Amino acid sequence: MPKRSDLKKIMLIGSGPIIIGQACEFDYSGTQACKALREEGYEVVLVNSNPATIMTDTDFADRTYIEPITPEIVGKIIERERPDALLPTIGGQTGLNIAISLHEMGILRKFGVELIGASFEAIMKAEDRNLFRKAMEKLGLTVPRSGYIRSLEEAIQVIPDIGYPAIIRPSFTLGGTGAGIAYNREEFEEGIRWALDASPKRTVLIEQSVIGWKEFELEVMRDLADNVVIVCSIENLDPMGVHTGDSITVAPAQTLTDKEYQIMRNAALRIIREIGVDTGGSNIQFAVHPETGEMVIIEMNPRVSRSSALASKATGFPIAKIAAKLAVGYTLDEIRNDITRETPASFEPTIDYVVTKIPRFTFEKFPQTEDLLGTQMKSVGEVMAIGRTFKESLQKAIRSLENGVYGFEEMILPSVPPNPAARRKTITGKLRKPNSMRLFYIGEAFRDGWTVEEIREATGIDPWFLENIRQIIAMEGEIRSSAEAFRKDAASDPAAFEPFLHRMKGNGFSDRRLAKLLGVAEDDVRRIRYAAGVRAVYKRVDTCGAEFEAHTPYLYSTYERENEAEPTGRKKVVILGGGPNRIGQGIEFDYCCVHGVFALREEGFETIMVNCNPETVSTDYDSSDRLYFEPLTKEDVLAIIEEEKPVGVIVQFGGQTPLKLAVPLEAEGVRILGTSPESIDRAEDRERFAEMLNLLGLSQPPNGIARSTPDAVAIAARIGYPVLLRPSYVLGGRAMEIVHDEEGLRRYLTEAVSASEAKPVLVDRFLEDAIEIDVDAISDGETVVVGGIMEHIEEAGVHSGDSACSLPPHSISGETIAEITRQTKALASELSVIGLMNVQFAIQRGRIFILEVNPRASRTIPFVSKAIGVPLAKLAAKVMAGRKLVDLGFTSEIVPNHVCVKEAVFPFIKFPDVDTLLGPEMKSTGEVMGIDSTFGTAFAKAQIAAGMVLPRSGKVFVSVRDEDKEGVLPAAEVLKRCGFSFVATLGTAAFLTAHGLPCDTVRKVNEGRPHVADLIRNGEIALVINTPLGAQSKADSYYIRRASLVYNIPYFTTLAAARAVSLAISALIADDLSVRSLQEYHGTARPTGR
Amino acid sequence: MPDRKAILVLADGTTYEGTSFGYAGECSGEVVFNTGMTGYQEVLTDPSYRGQIVTMTYPEIGNTGINPEDVESNRPWVEGFIVREAWGPPSNWRHVESLDAYLRRYHVCGIAGLDTRALTRRLRDGGSQMAVLSATDLDPDRLARKARGLPSLVGRDLVKEVTSSHAVHWTTGDWDLEKGYLPAAAFRNKFGRVPRIVAIDFGIKQNILRMMVSHGFDVTVVPAGATAPEIMAHSPDGVFLSNGPGDPEGVPYAVATVRELLGKVPMFGICLGHQIMGLALGGKTFKLKFGHHGCNQPVKDLATGKVEITSQNHNFSVDPASLGAAARITHLNLNDGTVEGLSIPSMRCFSVQYHPEASPGPHDSRYLFTRFHRYLCGEEEL
Repeated sequence: MPKRSDLKKIMLIGSGPIIIGQACEFDYSGTQACKALREEGYEVVLVNSNPATIMTDTDFADRTYIEPITPEIVGKIIERERPDALLPTIGGQTGLNIAISLHEMGILRKFGVELIGASFEAIMKAEDRNLFRKAMEKLGLTVPRSGYIRSLEEAIQVIPDIGYPAIIRPSFTLGGTGAGIAYNREEFEEGIRWALDASPKRTVLIEQSVIGWKEFELEVMRDLADNVVIVCSIENLDPMGVHTGDSITVAPAQTLTDKEYQIMRNAALRIIREIGVDTGGSNIQFAVHPETGEMVIIEMNPRVSRSSALASKATGFPIAKIAAKLAVGYTLDEIRNDITRETPASFEPTIDYVVTKIPRFTFEKFPQTEDLLGTQMKSVGEVMAIGRTFKESLQKAIRSLENGVYGFEEMILPSVPPNPAARRKTITGKLRKPNSMRLFYIGEAFRDGWTVEEIREATGIDPWFLENIRQIIAMEGEIRSSAEAFRKDAASDPAAFEPFLHRMKGNGFSDRRLAKLLGVAEDDVRRIRYAAGVRAVYKRVDTCGAEFEAHTPYLYSTYERENEAEPTGRKKVVILGGGPNRIGQGIEFDYCCVHGVFALREEGFETIMVNCNPETVSTDYDSSDRLYFEPLTKEDVLAIIEEEKPVGVIVQFGGQTPLKLAVPLEAEGVRILGTSPESIDRAEDRERFAEMLNLLGLSQPPNGIARSTPDAVAIAARIGYPVLLRPSYVLGGRAMEIVHDEEGLRRYLTEAVSASEAKPVLVDRFLEDAIEIDVDAISDGETVVVGGIMEHIEEAGVHSGDSACSLPPHSISGETIAEITRQTKALASELSVIGLMNVQFAIQRGRIFILEVNPRASRTIPFVSKAIGVPLAKLAAKVMAGRKLVDLGFTSEIVPNHVCVKEAVFPFIKFPDVDTLLGPEMKSTGEVMGIDSTFGTAFAKAQIAAGMVLPRSGKVFVSVRDEDKEGVLPAAEVLKRCGFSFVATLGTAAFLTAHGLPCDTVRKVNEGRPHVADLIRNGEIALVINTPLGAQSKADSYYIRRASLVYNIPYFTTLAAARAVSLAISALIADDLSVRSLQEYHGTARPTGR
Repeated sequence: MPDRKAILVLADGTTYEGTSFGYAGECSGEVVFNTGMTGYQEVLTDPSYRGQIVTMTYPEIGNTGINPEDVESNRPWVEGFIVREAWGPPSNWRHVESLDAYLRRYHVCGIAGLDTRALTRRLRDGGSQMAVLSATDLDPDRLARKARGLPSLVGRDLVKEVTSSHAVHWTTGDWDLEKGYLPAAAFRNKFGRVPRIVAIDFGIKQNILRMMVSHGFDVTVVPAGATAPEIMAHSPDGVFLSNGPGDPEGVPYAVATVRELLGKVPMFGICLGHQIMGLALGGKTFKLKFGHHGCNQPVKDLATGKVEITSQNHNFSVDPASLGAAARITHLNLNDGTVEGLSIPSMRCFSVQYHPEASPGPHDSRYLFTRFHRYLCGEEEL
């Protein structure tokens, strides 16, 4: 069927900020959909609150709305734009939920907007558990037994039918928050009580547990002609019980015979037809009993998903792009397979390699929570690796994690005495309770002589996977026993070790791991390997197992006979990506990498991307000229550079991951484009940095470098408390802390980080009550232009990635701005920056201090680029390639007429027991942007976009430390004028009343009940302003913050934020929020239809 | 245990080194690649692979071992088996034996550890080739000479090597996860009529017979050499022409039999059966460069416009230009445009090049068995 000509304008909804469970895979799918629809001549209207996405670049849609993704706001955009259709299936759960709301509110019908891709009925059938179960029963398929309950008594009635272990899920919580497992009556009752409490509507779902069953997923596509294909099968290494997003997964399925696989395939076809997903992709999850093959359907997502992004990267079949084309009427056989060029998309990809995905966790960021995995997703990112065998792909995936693991590293079991029984007990515990390091404990267990069967019994992991790991560990033993011979003879007779090295490399061993096992240096392994002729070759991902020629250079390394890389003779640049998403290094860096690719392509270079993150736009084979899906380690990157021979490598776009490679690569003779590694070192090395500031006459907070505990104590005494402590070379404020006294300092140095000669600790005077400023600038070595100056809302001390900020600054003077601009330019010139630079300033009582200089792309580059309407990363890439800013037409600062506010989004709700207090260690996973004409409205939009429901009336709970009491008055007065009333604990209440703000009193948590947390739970509080009061009171106020979080009550922990939110609320009340597209803000809008 | 070396040498001299698994001997045949990711046991036991050494493009083979159910005949038929990784201890609740032990038991040579993708690309670009696989003679030159001396598949009768020796009444139906293979009785009451068909065994895959039974047929299997009168003596309502190995021109006796039956009795053919029907109609067949062997071939039903994902295993194809006006092309391969289905209403017969019985592969095309049933029952026109 040809494409529909009755549609002209199509709206897409993105997934908003990066949160756990919804990451850059939806930028990948959304970008593909935008491109596909515009290619077909449709006008695209896009809504997404996340500025760090490629899809919100103004090139990808005709109208780009960076606005909160709420039904009200999207409704306004619909009213304004009058799209013909809405494609709700590419924006994750957010996109789908908004589509449901818009339908239920009658907005779609009112403005004649058709849902394409999936109808409202289909969405509900897949999303509503009862409807889904009925649909499955109609097909004769089984779903786990379950029941909804509203009280403990009801729960006790239904449990006999469901049986133990049972899964307990509170309903209507955010993203499956807080599901639990009960193995017995006692745990069950406790779980039900907790779940009833946790559910805002006191409704709980109890489900039969299929823990330990094998878990599979199929990615299914359907077109309007009812053609259905399976794009990919995925098998989870971790059996049921661990969220699939937290599971190690492998494609294709490994342990099913064809007969068993076809049962699943048939079920998938019938499910997508019964649910009625007319066009596009769906993901269906299955559980299979390991001993009987009994199969149950776990769930279906009637949209593109994280798994579909993985499946697209794993097979080369671009699911989102094709889904978008199917949505406008094409059938699968009308769409060409981009890779083979001659065959149609109506086929099922077959692959001739094994793909392994491993999730990336950040439990170290949340020490209060235990490293345990369950049905609640906790990982923040993932890596994917491709190998010819599972062993190779698994070991490549492990070293892609960038966690300091380069293979099956030995686990340190610190609390265990050297006693085999105790060691066995610890390992047993680590195997039985799924956790982020279980894979490595499996390795330990094999080293201790456990059998495959014993480990299967403890973990439920299929013996096929375990046997593979056993073989890897056995090979490690072989390597160790060859160590002596290798050290003695390999250098003089490398050829003798060719079979050995070839076999080990073919099984995925990294040079670094081999070096460790052989007791030699990594570089020696590589040199000997090269001398023996053992080098990686590259194979192509081609969707068809080599049946047809691949025209797309999408490559992975392996150790085989034939090399298909076929590098061109063109002038080329390698761009290193950022690796797995983690807190502190996320989509912003992928955004910069992709811009780098676009810019260099415009400059006539062949662009070569290297990355291992399957969620990203950068790993779309369509983004760059050539894509290497490879780990970002020295070994893997060097091999690509040797194969491709580029004119240079760009390391400054992908965050810390590639930056760390700059010096080692340069040492191997690789040309690093842009700012030199020498300059990077000058900015990163604290001593050299201090020298440079002295030279330029700039200030930094008093500081010192401690190489021992006494050192640190002496420095702190000299510069004065409070001090900010951190290890050198960190990103995202890892292990950063502010301590107020010597006791705190000593505790930090014993518990968190120990200072040593090799790993010094940085001690900085912490500037209290300072305003923090972030500056992004670009330089070509001659001209420096400040891209944007951002004023943080929170005071200095909150990590810049966690702080809200405003562009342009909302409270500092023009004089200060001029001085900051001058200092930024001086720094850029001194460091001979070629490309981007980020500087963090603090202003304390009118004095300007420099906190940090990073001569690379920063997290705020996409935000600034969207605020000022200039693609900074793209310009930077061109500058690195030798262009001048003068020629590129960017020579002076742009101060927008509108106000842009960035707000961070946090994962606290996923981690029980974690405090929500912000500090120097970064904890946010993503960000949103609010744009409007005033600071108040822009801040309000940012809050709404971040998921806050800002109240327009009600009661404000105020609890602030004594020194903040004066400071809270302005905010309180604004709120009073808005009609809010106040409630506070005794001291604050007396203070507010005395200042003309009538205030009720309430008990503190430790003063008996009802106390403030009860009021929050009862819905009597609309807003919380709570500044923490030192360590003891922090614990008290913890309950308030946690209750606010769970009940989604807006809470603010700094005075600055309280002031900002009071302005936001008053703006909200005074004036309903209006919407405007980026193209209109930047004056680049072309007239659109209607 | 030290790995035993084996080598594969193509007729053009290309040599691949690997390790021996299965039977450590020597074998020869035409090398073809199969792109299916599941179903190696069905592939091994498919009689259509007689005369061929099969390489699987998916690298991890043997994961689920061998079980007594997933067979297409009572023994493996491939001449040799080439994989990237021959997996040892199988993991599947139905397995009884490892791939290695099974191949050893049937004296089938295997080679593992070679670059199967490089081999596949070689076959794709240069076409299928004769080859020798050996664990006993590791001299590439000698093996290359042997390979060049091997007779080509073109014009050879491989059917006689795989067909059954006498007529059999087939009574096993479709497979069920819980109950295994179901007897014919489990299906009979679903159908008002149970047409009697004679299936000519050119190397028939058992799943075709199981599909026939579960789609309401009474099935008698006869050897490939059965004559038209012998077949008609069973007074069939319809005749089925099975799949089988090699070149349809190698079995002129079968073509003659089918020509004799044309118009006398409704017929349905699959794979070699389809090609034989093409020849019987006066058409021609030709050899494809490297054939179609896999589970993901898109085929378009020209009547409905719908696309089926099909299981395929063939090296020859019917030339559409050679067919008379009576024959209608019903199905086309969307990858290369080759003929996938024919219908000759005037002769009351139809055929498909692909495998609607799947096994291995998708079940998208099972409707063809229903179509044959409804046609024989007068409920559907061709």
